[in-house]
Amino acid sequence: MAETSQAHPNRRHRILVAKPGLDGHDRGAKVVVRALTEAGYEVIYTGLHQEPESVAEAALQEDVEAVGLSILSGAHMTLFPAVMELLKQNGMADVLVFGGGIVPQQDIDALKKLGVAEIFTPGTDTAAIVKYLDAYFTAKDAQRKA
Amino acid sequence: MPDFESAKAAYEKAIAKTPERKDALFKTLSGGEVKPLYTPADTQGDDYQKDLGFPGEFPYTRGVHTTMYRGRLWTMRQFAGFGTSTETNKRFHYLLEHGQTGLSVAFDFPTLMGYDSDHNRSRGEVGRCGVAIDSVDDMSDLFDGIPMDQVSTSMTINGPAAMLFAFYIAAAERQGVSSEKLRGTIQNDILKEYHAQNSWLIGPEPSIRIITDIFKYAAKSVPQWNTISISGYHIREAGSTAGQELAFTLADGLCYLDEGVKAGLEIDDFAPRLSFFFDVHIDFFEEIAKFRAARRIWAREVKKRGAKDPKSMLLRTHAQTAGVSLTAQQPENNIVRTAFEALAAVLGGTQSLHTNSYDEALALPSEKAVQIALRTQQIVAHETGVPNVIDPLGGSYFVEALTDRIEAEAYEYFKRIEELGGMFAAIDSGFFRREIAKSSFMQQREIETGRRKIVGVNCFDGEHEDPHAQPLLYIDPKLEEEQKRRVQRTRATRDALKVEAALRKLEEACRGKDQNVMAALVDCARVRVTQGEMCDVCRKVWGEYRKLAAV
Repeated sequence: MAETSQAHPNRRHRILVAKPGLDGHDRGAKVVVRALTEAGYEVIYTGLHQEPESVAEAALQEDVEAVGLSILSGAHMTLFPAVMELLKQNGMADVLVFGGGIVPQQDIDALKKLGVAEIFTPGTDTAAIVKYLDAYFTAKDAQRKA
Repeated sequence: MPDFESAKAAYEKAIAKTPERKDALFKTLSGGEVKPLYTPADTQGDDYQKDLGFPGEFPYTRGVHTTMYRGRLWTMRQFAGFGTSTETNKRFHYLLEHGQTGLSVAFDFPTLMGYDSDHNRSRGEVGRCGVAIDSVDDMSDLFDGIPMDQVSTSMTINGPAAMLFAFYIAAAERQGVSSEKLRGTIQNDILKEYHAQNSWLIGPEPSIRIITDIFKYAAKSVPQWNTISISGYHIREAGSTAGQELAFTLADGLCYLDEGVKAGLEIDDFAPRLSFFFDVHIDFFEEIAKFRAARRIWAREVKKRGAKDPKSMLLRTHAQTAGVSLTAQQPENNIVRTAFEALAAVLGGTQSLHTNSYDEALALPSEKAVQIALRTQQIVAHETGVPNVIDPLGGSYFVEALTDRIEAEAYEYFKRIEELGGMFAAIDSGFFRREIAKSSFMQQREIETGRRKIVGVNCFDGEHEDPHAQPLLYIDPKLEEEQKRRVQRTRATRDALKVEAALRKLEEACRGKDQNVMAALVDCARVRVTQGEMCDVCRKVWGEYRKLAAV
């Protein structure tokens, strides 16, 4: 579990956690939302049963820097690319896209080729997700300053 | 009478010298404290005749049947479904050939959510998490070569339960089997969808209207069918404790009972067809106690509501080992977990059981994994000797004390639900979802801080092996295109006038109060209306339900 006491300097960033598709398994998404929130991030959760269009729209409206997609229905090879494409159309190609779910390794490889940054599979510690995002934003902020 | 107080003092003295293990967690999985020793002092409030009774006798704590597994073993029912109906039909034949005794259908998400395979919202989902069924034509293919009067079939379907039940009835007619002969179960438990599982079409009240119409229809036309399987499984998998699972599930059951009576049914005319479905998790004794408490509470509450027929009071249940207890790390360990859980289900007195496959944290199960899962049940049944004695843990001080405790916890929740204004108000306020999320987070924290040990995950994790080296089931993306063509073929080759008339009648039945929606759906199924078309009528009449989506 992520420590909640010390505020990380990077944690002013906005993250969208989304559940695209028809599957209702939201236990993981909710746990991640809570862990990221406790870690100091500003997290927006779309709720269930979103279409890729509404996820991309929410990303734009909420002006987020990262989008986390939770998919446990096996539709990841359709939904990730659809969201990536729509983000690009919205001029948000630089948004970090990561995800979680039951995704086989061969699909993880294929999704990374498409530009998905990371996929967290079952059994991942929420602290690992926080650590990953902290590292990403630290590097991004350093780049911005430079 | 032995002196329990001095035994306790002796334990405390001994433990002062050799302390209890520091890293151990002396709590059940649900967070209940457990004492080092249970004695008759812990069960002295129990009255054997009143609280336990004999198997097959009120309040059925020891089992719903007099002879239990000595007369007949539980039904070994493995949940299966993927791809098209033709693919799943092959898996069904495989399971039946390996000694499985009942079928259980897993549907894909478009089917669960009431969309046809060629709907825009179905893209990427067709046949992924279960089988795609769009019309009676698919249902016929699913049961090709399987005589529908000879198998019992369980269908995990909720929002569109009535539609799939209609397909089943219509497919049986095509085989020349009349509906009176059909045996099986539809899950049809919409309340737990709002609590935890999240596959709903319309809101709670109109959903209950359709459900009571199913009760009425089946009481006359499909009398051997279990019209509902009131499910704790999904509540538990979403992160609840055992006590919450029990309490919320029984509260749901009592709600269906009350709504059926309000709709004009005699309690004894439909209560015997209600069945249950519980999770069986890894905390061995807590799970056994949960099943025993469930039977006792149900029997008492149904009797209180005026039932006369003992069959109305029986809590008959299916059980499934806990999907959430499976780990992606060192997946073979899941075989062991599942075996313990299966044993607990049998000691808890279940009527049927699904054992999970060890690779399910990675993908849908492979054929080999499915076979081991089924063999696990067969080993419990035929090698362990456990089924030879009825409720062999009855009278255990610990198990009886746990049974009492979990029962008391359920009654606490019943009170809280009532204070919130009853089931519908409690759903509306997000009460169930919040309670479950709280417990889920508590458990996650226990694991991540290392307080709760999971072998291969936060201890004994050994070398990092690649779990993806497992041979996994692969769903060919081409199946989606094939299924789209199937539903389009159905629409192209049916009598459009009959379809239109059947859909019009369905809408009338939905809008009115006197016509039975289930009967109208069976007529739709017969003329090959698709499930998306049927569900669209419901969504049109009652509106889509979005309220709880982000809670």
